[in-house]
Amino acid sequence: MDIDVHKVAMLSRIRLTDEEAAHLGPQLSNILGYIEQLSEVNTEGVMPTAHPHDVAMPQRVDAVTNTNRRDALQAVAPNTESGLYVVPKVIE
Amino acid sequence: MSWETVIGLEVHVQVNSKTKAFCGCSTAFGAEPNTQTCPVCLGMPGQLPVLNIEVARKSVLTGLAINATINLESKFDRKNYFYPDLPKGYQISQFPLPIVEGGYLDIPVPDGEKRIGVTRIHIEEDAGKSMHEGLEGVSHIDLNRSGVPLMEIVSEPDMRSADEAVAYLKQLHQLVRFLDVSGADMEKGQFRCDANVSVRRFGEELGTRAELKNLNSFRFIKQAIDYEVARQIELIEDGGEVVQETRLFDSAKGESRSMRSKEEAHDYRYFPEPDLPPLRISQQEVDAIRAGMPELPGQLRERFESEFSLSSYDADVLSQTRELAAWYETLVAAHPADPKRCANWMANELLGRLKEQGKDIADSPVSAQDLAGLLDRIADNTISGKIAKDVLDAMMATGVSADAVIESKGLKQVSDSGEIDTLILQIMVDNPDQLEQFRAGKDKLFGFFVGQVMKASKGQANPGMVNQRLKDLLKG
Amino acid sequence: MPFSSLSDLKTRLDAGETTAVELAQRYLDRIDAHNGDLNAFVDVDHQHILDQAKASDAHRAKHGARPLEGLPIAVKDIFCTQDGPTTCCSKILKGFHAPYDAHVITRLKNAGAILVGKTNMDEFAMGSSTETSAFGACRNPWDVERIPGGSSGGSASAVAGGLVPAALGTDTGGSIRQPAAVCGITGLKPTYGRVSRRGIIAFASSLDQAGPMTRTVKDTAMISAILCGHDSGDSTSVVDAPEIDWLAACESVDMKGLRIGKPKEYFVDGMDAGVRAVVEAALAKCVELGAEIVDISLPHTKYAVAAYYVIAPSEASANLSRYDGVRFGQRCDKPEDLVDMYTRSRDEGFGSEVKRRILTGTFALSSGYYDAYYLKAQQVRTLIRQDFLDAFEQVDIIATPTSPIPAFKIGEKTDDPITMYLSDIFTIALNLAGLPGMSQPCGFVDNLPVGLQWIAPAWREDALLSAASAYEGATDWTTKSPAAFDGNTAGGES
Repeated sequence: MDIDVHKVAMLSRIRLTDEEAAHLGPQLSNILGYIEQLSEVNTEGVMPTAHPHDVAMPQRVDAVTNTNRRDALQAVAPNTESGLYVVPKVIE
Repeated sequence: MSWETVIGLEVHVQVNSKTKAFCGCSTAFGAEPNTQTCPVCLGMPGQLPVLNIEVARKSVLTGLAINATINLESKFDRKNYFYPDLPKGYQISQFPLPIVEGGYLDIPVPDGEKRIGVTRIHIEEDAGKSMHEGLEGVSHIDLNRSGVPLMEIVSEPDMRSADEAVAYLKQLHQLVRFLDVSGADMEKGQFRCDANVSVRRFGEELGTRAELKNLNSFRFIKQAIDYEVARQIELIEDGGEVVQETRLFDSAKGESRSMRSKEEAHDYRYFPEPDLPPLRISQQEVDAIRAGMPELPGQLRERFESEFSLSSYDADVLSQTRELAAWYETLVAAHPADPKRCANWMANELLGRLKEQGKDIADSPVSAQDLAGLLDRIADNTISGKIAKDVLDAMMATGVSADAVIESKGLKQVSDSGEIDTLILQIMVDNPDQLEQFRAGKDKLFGFFVGQVMKASKGQANPGMVNQRLKDLLKG
Repeated sequence: MPFSSLSDLKTRLDAGETTAVELAQRYLDRIDAHNGDLNAFVDVDHQHILDQAKASDAHRAKHGARPLEGLPIAVKDIFCTQDGPTTCCSKILKGFHAPYDAHVITRLKNAGAILVGKTNMDEFAMGSSTETSAFGACRNPWDVERIPGGSSGGSASAVAGGLVPAALGTDTGGSIRQPAAVCGITGLKPTYGRVSRRGIIAFASSLDQAGPMTRTVKDTAMISAILCGHDSGDSTSVVDAPEIDWLAACESVDMKGLRIGKPKEYFVDGMDAGVRAVVEAALAKCVELGAEIVDISLPHTKYAVAAYYVIAPSEASANLSRYDGVRFGQRCDKPEDLVDMYTRSRDEGFGSEVKRRILTGTFALSSGYYDAYYLKAQQVRTLIRQDFLDAFEQVDIIATPTSPIPAFKIGEKTDDPITMYLSDIFTIALNLAGLPGMSQPCGFVDNLPVGLQWIAPAWREDALLSAASAYEGATDWTTKSPAAFDGNTAGGES
């Protein structure tokens, strides 16, 4: 199957050089081709499984448990200024 | 008018829980940047969401208040897109199976009421804030708001004018504050509106809609919608086509502009959130939430009209918020003889003065008991209504009781006929010409004598008594 | 000593015959001597390890021994640890120091374990050979030209080579069991929801589970007892999971009355004859021990790999979106604008397999394809789960080969992703069903280890341990160790 690798790459925010795209494109097609066999399975009326077991949603109480750990949490950040994360300009 | 406007509204309401939707960080407004964050709401590796159950309860309460269906089982989904204020690169939201579906709000329209359908309410998490003002080539990100819980309330496209849209929004705004599910402070971004606007010629299919964003006051919303309707009509009449796009409204310029639309930005690739099991609520829990619902604005209005014989206008003013309604009821309890007097004094005199001072009822220097005390003195003729206004001013400035002001300023109304007679006789002596003219038949001069007596008594003479005694004494 | 079990080491520590410091030093010596050949460890902080050992000995003296007191356990680089780096063997997390410990790490620390370094893995756990690691391939101690399996290859190699007695791994499609099998050790993937995923770098959220990789069944039980348990910080962590008496479960000496299901789809014509023969012999041994082999069918088995390779990449494509260079991790140099920062940081930071899977997942979820791919796969998943439920009506436990082939050569399968994916053909289905599975050594083919896989119903790890301990007790596979690393058995020729 023919997929627009560049489009999918942009959706995934991964730059692909033309070389990488040329290599990955056919591999992706093969993988998706392999997956096609799922269409052989009769799944009429079958509920999809999103969670392996039927688990109850835990009920977290509405009480503040976190303290200010900004310094520790920002120690791993590539670029901060006065406690703010800095990124290249976001264009609206 | 051959054109019909079709408007649907999406409102993001920040739930006023103490903590975020999926972590135990505080939601308090105004903290230093990124001081209310943790590995979960920062989307750090390996971190997992745990739902704040209060958010579910408040969503159910809101759904019940709009007569909607509560889905006893609802599910969470991931909405995928990249933006620096969205730490995980996806937002946890609810897509095919939200917690609330269906419902309505009845809004006031010129000839009565109109029912606006609500399609759904779902729970989702807010993103952080990006700031660009005054920054060269960079943006700054504050993630304190990342993870704050939101209810997204989506209306049916039932509104047909900007006025209807504003009426719906005002109603919804009042409701969420009544229910105490949100502070809904628009300036703090706690109540954010997006409008989907399209036009069509009557009888035709729905037109293509444009989405208006960045509408953060009722005034701007009306402006933005009116502008958009005009823009679309002009476009179509000129032979053009309306494009489905997002437009940002610039309130300063009074116009909207298209946001750079990236088609793939709309492919959110929704899929079930594997980190959260289905949210299940029992019918008993829903019933308990319903039992705890406060009286809603409409119910309060009706009750004030019937129980206290208030005009619909006054009933409306006094039921605007739970705080006002409660204050009024406290006032009536302290001055039960005349609820209408209570309404009049609270709605016009007190609220008017508070508004001038930029104060809320909660900050009123005069308590309901205090105001009742003032109304008691009008009722028992100690002072006139006119003097009472001055007393109220003094009470607001000093916080002391009506009696204390009346006493200290010696404002007691003079009702003693002897004292009034003395005043009248003095006026008659001082104004012989007017007296002669009156006795000769110039009835109009009665008012002159009334005025002179009131002036001489510094307004404290009981007007009714003055009238009565003057009639007697002027005759001669 | 290098190939001692945890249980033996515990006995010696408790008897005062050795100390945590002594043990730590001896394993550090092993690592220094042999890690260069294996590349099993990507980070080892000698001082920190010795400090932990000292503290453990002090704790024992003052307060007595906690369940894993002084026992060295290596940690796959997918578990966030506050001490040292956590990179998931990816360039995008180069230099990342987590400001938190994974929940299971805290549990191990509280039990007195000595955490030994970080082990090599396929980048972001995506792989079956530990060849996609940003730190270079890891090698199998039985034949250093061959892969140790993946994605927990570093942990498997370290244990098999006697560099540590035990290690932690994670398993999404077989990543504990398959490396355990090709390295000749024991590994358990618990029932989904038994072990908290908090602080474990997520690959596929509805499939990932952490588990032990050890030399013996009892060691697996010792570690599982500490790892398993509810965590309120993980909403998929089960509250009322049926309790297991882990150690009691591995006292079995026979299999009397045990009905073992033998699924025909796992013993197909054309599979490696050597592996088949070894596993059939293992089943014969089970019959000797009193078991009954029942032929069963798991009809949707052949679709498991395809379903997995939609679901796992889809979940992963979203889980890896957070690696964007904004708040942590690598950011590219001098980004021109926001899109450049995202696309270039991620291009530079992710390896090819990770990219392949993100793109596959993004595609499968994208508009117009969701129903045919993702939804379909989740429906097939339901059918696969039902196959197991039906089978467990007839049998108590299921036995299969763990890996269709023994360890292949490094570089042999890297050109064709699908061939690589098929390494997981026997392990994948139970991840989709959320069931527990275990692999234990059951023989050799050309001097390369072969693993026997046990599959039990949900929450029945006791059945796994029981069957595995009976088999282990009646054989001597767990006493074998690679001669090239001071063991007693010749490995495969290169």
